[in-house]
Amino acid sequence: MLASFSRPLLAAVLIALPAAAHAAGEVNVYTYRETKLIKPLFDAFTKDTGINVNVISASSGLEQRIKAEGANSPADVLLTVDIGRLEDAVKAGITQPITSPALDKVVPAQYRDPEGHWYGISMRARVFYVSKERVKDEALTYDELADPKWKGKICLRSGQHIYNNALIAAYIAHYGEAKAEEWLRGVKANLAQKPSGGDREQARDVAAGKCDIGIGNTYYWALMNDKDPSKKAWADATRVVLPTFKDNGGTHVNLSGVVLIKAAPNKANGQKLIEWLAGETAQHIYADSNYEYPMNPQVAVNPTIKGYGTLKPDPTPMAKIADSKKAAANLVDKVGFDN
Amino acid sequence: MSTTTPAQFNGPAPRGAVRFWRGGTGAPAAVFALAAAALTAAPLISLALLAIRGDTELWPHLAAYVIPQAIGQTAMLVAGVSVVAGTIGAATAWLVTTFEFPGRRALTWLLPLPLAIPTYLAAYIYVDLFEVSGPLQGALRAIGGYARPQDYWFPSIRSLGGAIFVFGIVLYPYVYFAARAMLQTQPASFAEAARMLGARPLALLRHITLPLARPALAVGLALVALETLNDIGASEYLGVQTLTLSVFTTWLNRSSLPGAAQIALVMLIVIVALLALERYGRRRRAYAATSADLPPERPQLAGGRAIVALALCLVPVTLGFLLPGFYLLRETVTRGLVSGFDPDLTRHALTTVALALAATLTVLTLAAGAVLMTRATPHPLLRAAVALGALGYAIPGTVLALGLLPPVGGLDAAFATIRHAFGATGGSQILIGSGAALVLAYAARFLAIGTGFVQAGLSRVSPDGDDAARLLGARPWTLARTVHLPLIRPALAGAGLLIFVDCLKELPASLMLRPLNVETLSTYIYQFAARGSFEEGALAALLIVAAGIVPVIQIVRHTDVATGLSAPPNAL
Repeated sequence: MLASFSRPLLAAVLIALPAAAHAAGEVNVYTYRETKLIKPLFDAFTKDTGINVNVISASSGLEQRIKAEGANSPADVLLTVDIGRLEDAVKAGITQPITSPALDKVVPAQYRDPEGHWYGISMRARVFYVSKERVKDEALTYDELADPKWKGKICLRSGQHIYNNALIAAYIAHYGEAKAEEWLRGVKANLAQKPSGGDREQARDVAAGKCDIGIGNTYYWALMNDKDPSKKAWADATRVVLPTFKDNGGTHVNLSGVVLIKAAPNKANGQKLIEWLAGETAQHIYADSNYEYPMNPQVAVNPTIKGYGTLKPDPTPMAKIADSKKAAANLVDKVGFDN
Repeated sequence: MSTTTPAQFNGPAPRGAVRFWRGGTGAPAAVFALAAAALTAAPLISLALLAIRGDTELWPHLAAYVIPQAIGQTAMLVAGVSVVAGTIGAATAWLVTTFEFPGRRALTWLLPLPLAIPTYLAAYIYVDLFEVSGPLQGALRAIGGYARPQDYWFPSIRSLGGAIFVFGIVLYPYVYFAARAMLQTQPASFAEAARMLGARPLALLRHITLPLARPALAVGLALVALETLNDIGASEYLGVQTLTLSVFTTWLNRSSLPGAAQIALVMLIVIVALLALERYGRRRRAYAATSADLPPERPQLAGGRAIVALALCLVPVTLGFLLPGFYLLRETVTRGLVSGFDPDLTRHALTTVALALAATLTVLTLAAGAVLMTRATPHPLLRAAVALGALGYAIPGTVLALGLLPPVGGLDAAFATIRHAFGATGGSQILIGSGAALVLAYAARFLAIGTGFVQAGLSRVSPDGDDAARLLGARPWTLARTVHLPLIRPALAGAGLLIFVDCLKELPASLMLRPLNVETLSTYIYQFAARGSFEEGALAALLIVAAGIVPVIQIVRHTDVATGLSAPPNAL
């Protein structure tokens, strides 16, 4: 078959096919973080290093894509949110360990894989948006969400959403599955309405008087307060409380993190990008444009976020929380949390 | 439609490989039909491989806590959406095809426009409009003098009922399209006979029009149901626990892709069974029309009746299109999205249109080729292959994309190996890197629309024409090109429109399979939505609407005549 073709012509065509993604001076990033959100970061990286960044963002399935692309995958780096996804990427066998004293110096041991397969880059906490008018408590706990005193006063999005899944997994990591089930039934009994909407809607519902406590991530409130005049009223009617687990006084945090892909064609650039993301320029962008907690202790938290109070992150190992995610998903089904 | 099967007028179906290939159209028929089948078979096989790799450990939990609830919610959602979309679609199609009233012409192209609004976007918009802090309840409080939302009752949009409304109001155009095409080509003779016998319009509707329109309604409703099942974003946002959502949860929270594939395949089997059941239910009905019949003339409505007809049609247009459209326009203006125009948006819009066009042409070529050639060579295997190709529509986009990844990634890797053998360096991704993988995903998902419309269009083409052409010595290719193709042009146009608009707003496969540095309009909008501020994507959403409107108006204008675009009674 091949002989009937002009071999040199075929060879020329095949070689001329686009291979741009692998040219020198580039790094290819697959990300679960939205392109618009991270574009300022990558633009700054290119300015700093001269390395171009090619991006593809998605909401799910990037590990599967990298796996399917195999040795041919252009992916160098995967950016993701949620500790479970970082662990999933490692389990899928698509990562390689990073050895970087620079990273180890910046990222606390709790927020990186002991073997260097993933590193946390920024943090967000899962907090309460409470009614300014109706809730006077300064300190609240995750535990008391099940207290009948909040009956009909709690709002949150689907218990299967990745953010709530991690929070429930953390509760399991703290108290075990049996206690967690009891707690989740208690929370369910206190809900003002069926879980729905996104995190913003919980602030909206508190502002509207449908509930007193809404559960959401730290940055959503800050974005409503600082960046979106049409949603300012929701932020104005609410106040953020950093809740804690009763047993150790820590607040549930989740990571946005990064892995280096096993088949990375631009490995050196990939590692450079990861180290740069933990550096001060990038961490300032994470803090001030994205309203996340920077991982680098040298970089200050944004003033709006600081206004929530001092964050004392739950010291429970991230891997332990990740391991409880499946149990958390099953509990949500079992107690009919979303029904 | 016609009860005559092609085999009857083409002589006995060729048996055995020799006859098969000598048939003249056998080889091309096989190529087209197999290509169509491969599009869906490839992802299905990789899903099946995934499913059998997992154990069944998940099922006791699913059976106890997930499936009963999810089936209940899914069934109620699909049933509710079918009633809403079916009623609106059929009623408005009946009004604009049966009667003449002021505004009718404009309505014929206004009514399909909700098609251009992606479902998840509609969910966000309606929550914003109808929630406690939205303008509607605000006005209610102002008018009623209520101080707090607790002082009055207002249905929650974030509920099963709300989801039924949202899905129904943007999906009814599928039914409208199918029903309108059917009604336009319905023979006048029945209706006139009934009228002469004293039947009033409503009796006519019940005893003549509706039964005759059943295949078209079935197709429209099947499309509506499958679009509903395709959704993840809107259901989660509105708090409805569908089966599709549990596929997603199983995959991501339980980290069990095999488990997710198992649920998806079970779902697919149920869907196929239900669709087969519907077809079985009308197996003995014949819907043939002799082609000389013209549709009835439209009686002019006057006074109150005209106003009622106009109002009835304006309600879905307003709710399904004008309201969300104005909402997007308002956000675009207040957020300065025009003055602060994102220069990338032009590129994204062009990319989206190019990908959608490529997919539409691929589907139309495959569908027309497969259906026309199998008409000439009606081998049961070929027809089975075409039917298999149509299954793609019954697989939720996320699942389809996941299933397409292994074959597409594997082909890319194989090409890369060949390239290396010729001395090229570095990797390459011929399919994923060029966007071809995305076009394949669109084609796999929407092929059913193409084959369905073409089959329907062709089944109205009388076999007499085939015989006459053959007697005059026309070869099968010539017959297809000179007789069939021109006759099914309206069907191709209608299918092309639906496919094009569906591709414009397709999200899950676009997210998963697009090349590096490429955004489509819908992935562009999604990145804002994922961040909780979908309004920032309002301009991109308007561009989807704009890109969708042009073909809608074109098609509808060209088909607002007696010949109509052919109804798709056999789709799926």
